[in-house]
Amino acid sequence: MSTDTLASATGAVPRPIIVPNDRSREDKIFRFVARAAGLTVFVILFLIGFFLFLRGLPALRAMGPHYFTTSGNGTAHKPYHFGALAQMYGTIVISIIAVIIGVPVAIGTALFISEYAPTRSRRALIAVVDLGAAVPSIIFGLWALHVLQPDITGTTSWVNRHFSFIPIFGGNSPPFNASFFIAGLVVGLMIVPIVASVTREVFSLSPPGEKEGALALGATRSQMIRTVVLPFGRGGMIGASMLGLGRALGETIAVYVILGNVFAITPHILEHGGTSVASYIAAEFGAGGRLGTANLLMLGFVLFTFTLIVNLLASLIVNRSRSGAGVEL
Amino acid sequence: VTQVVPEVEDLLHTPTERRPPTVAADEGAGTHDGATMSEAVLTGNVRRVQMDPPRSTREFGLSSVAVLIATAISSWAVVWMFFYQLTLLSGALGFIVCWYACFLVMYWVVTALTVDRNAATDRIVTTVVASCTALMMGSLLFIIGWVFVRGVGHFTVGFLWRTMSFYQPADPHLFRDVGVGHAIVGTLEQVGLAALFAVPLAFLTAIFLNEVGGWGTRSVRTIVTAMSGVPSIVAGVFIYAIFIVPHVIGYSGFAAAMALFVLMLPAVTRTTEEVLRVVPGGLREASLALGASEWRTVRQVVLPTARSGLITAVVLGIAIAAGETAPLIFTSFGNNNMNLDVFHGPQGALPLVLYENIFQAQAVVVQLAFTAAFVLLMIVLILFVLARLLGRRRTSKGKFRRFVSARMRSLRKV
Repeated sequence: MSTDTLASATGAVPRPIIVPNDRSREDKIFRFVARAAGLTVFVILFLIGFFLFLRGLPALRAMGPHYFTTSGNGTAHKPYHFGALAQMYGTIVISIIAVIIGVPVAIGTALFISEYAPTRSRRALIAVVDLGAAVPSIIFGLWALHVLQPDITGTTSWVNRHFSFIPIFGGNSPPFNASFFIAGLVVGLMIVPIVASVTREVFSLSPPGEKEGALALGATRSQMIRTVVLPFGRGGMIGASMLGLGRALGETIAVYVILGNVFAITPHILEHGGTSVASYIAAEFGAGGRLGTANLLMLGFVLFTFTLIVNLLASLIVNRSRSGAGVEL
Repeated sequence: VTQVVPEVEDLLHTPTERRPPTVAADEGAGTHDGATMSEAVLTGNVRRVQMDPPRSTREFGLSSVAVLIATAISSWAVVWMFFYQLTLLSGALGFIVCWYACFLVMYWVVTALTVDRNAATDRIVTTVVASCTALMMGSLLFIIGWVFVRGVGHFTVGFLWRTMSFYQPADPHLFRDVGVGHAIVGTLEQVGLAALFAVPLAFLTAIFLNEVGGWGTRSVRTIVTAMSGVPSIVAGVFIYAIFIVPHVIGYSGFAAAMALFVLMLPAVTRTTEEVLRVVPGGLREASLALGASEWRTVRQVVLPTARSGLITAVVLGIAIAAGETAPLIFTSFGNNNMNLDVFHGPQGALPLVLYENIFQAQAVVVQLAFTAAFVLLMIVLILFVLARLLGRRRTSKGKFRRFVSARMRSLRKV
């Protein structure tokens, strides 16, 4: 508008000032180096997948497609009898239990920190949550082995005695320790910090105007959370849960400490026995000769692919919800 | 409650003194009938308004606390009766779970009867959310405290520098002869080496994501997030597959450092990126407008501004890497003797000492594991607290950064 009037007044169209756009040599190098560093993550990720698959290929070749439908560790002599079925089953069961237990607690914690806690104590609470992510998993395992497991066996056998008509609580081998459920419980506790910190971040971005509006219309705080905070953070919660699922899939030491290494494909989650991909790899390290090693590396590849897919989906969902898309205003 | 509202202006300016006193002050969401108020606004007849008694913003009074305590006690009694007298079940955990469920139901019913259902639901949600936090914080602090109590008893300063060369599981006087000095050295070397490789690369990646931008940013960010979820055992197995299986290098601290590098890189990148994101854009623009190159802007304005956050990112990454067990099994292998050479031969590490000893039958060996756990936890905690303290320190201001800030200030005055 102003350029039009200016043009008509002076009779000449003003030329825009030309800003030199070519970067200095220094900056070109800087940008190149930074971009190259950014692209190394692709290289590393590719190398992980490639080498695990390459070195694990003998195992897949020895068993063919039966690799994924067999459970056993007969790698010593022909006919080979080994595979990934029991490990994959255990991994999935433990992760599902962990997510069912861990995610609600994490979301509750995130809601408390972002909506209930007084501003003064918020920083301290966040610090404790972050600390939870830094506590080594072997310490969780140690605690679970010596404190949680002895205490919980009474409860699990009670549940088994009275609710065995529900299939997952069934089974009749008495020591109800070292089970999928206890492993899942510990892993669930371990994923709380990461899920809580991501969901808290998403919740803290929920629009304050809508929140105050809901309160001003007479909503209680829980109604405000249900109508504003949770719908806003839905994407973030789903993404964070998947992030937690990814962590649970890969948890090694705590699962190994609790579960040991027993092949068992059972729907009875309270029963003794079971294994997971990660804990099997840790437990069987060095056993089974050349083919056994290939088997472990192939399992590593399977686990890597699993977690990569889950985490990619999770990060896509979280990033989208962070940018505010999918929010109806 | 009917009353005469004096003047609209009065209502606007000094509302608090004129309002009727708060009644009972205890309902969560009192029944609010806005019809009369809106009617008055619509008809313009604001001189006579029927007003509800205003709700107190303090929803939780003394009587509510009493209700809370009373329901807690009565539900405890009920559950105790059923739990111990009828089902004869041992185990504190099951009892607590049942008590909690019973308490929630009772609390809801009592609040719904005494106040109303909205308030009841609100309080149940508050209770559940608060107890989730208490559960999380409580179990975490309990674990830390428990390791402390179990481990501190046999801890001596000598434990920090002795090695496990004279390790005899059957020896009842184990603690006189052994320590974790070799493992501390191993952990420090491995984590230090990993940080040496990971930190510069992570900083550059974060700078690419946040400062350079452009082509590839989105996909790199997604990949970094996905890579931060790569299981620690996979990192170990990967180094095993790429280096140790083809005998490029043997079991060594260096191999462990490589595995930790794979884990540290995405973690430090993500924290660094978040730190860089809060550097005010005005500083960057001011620096560029003064003619500084992008590299100089990053080096002398962005990084100094974010310095404390960057230190936090590094220390936090180190703290997490120091506690990793799974990647070390395949790479540093573990060693009971002191091995200072990080490049040759198996090396001990603190998490490995734990891993190798917690399953042993002898009580004294398990105690050794506990004491090692105590040392490991202390190292992680000290690093964590250090990261927090450094993160709180004020940002350093380089010479150029100070110059840029001064220019911005003088510009604002104009």
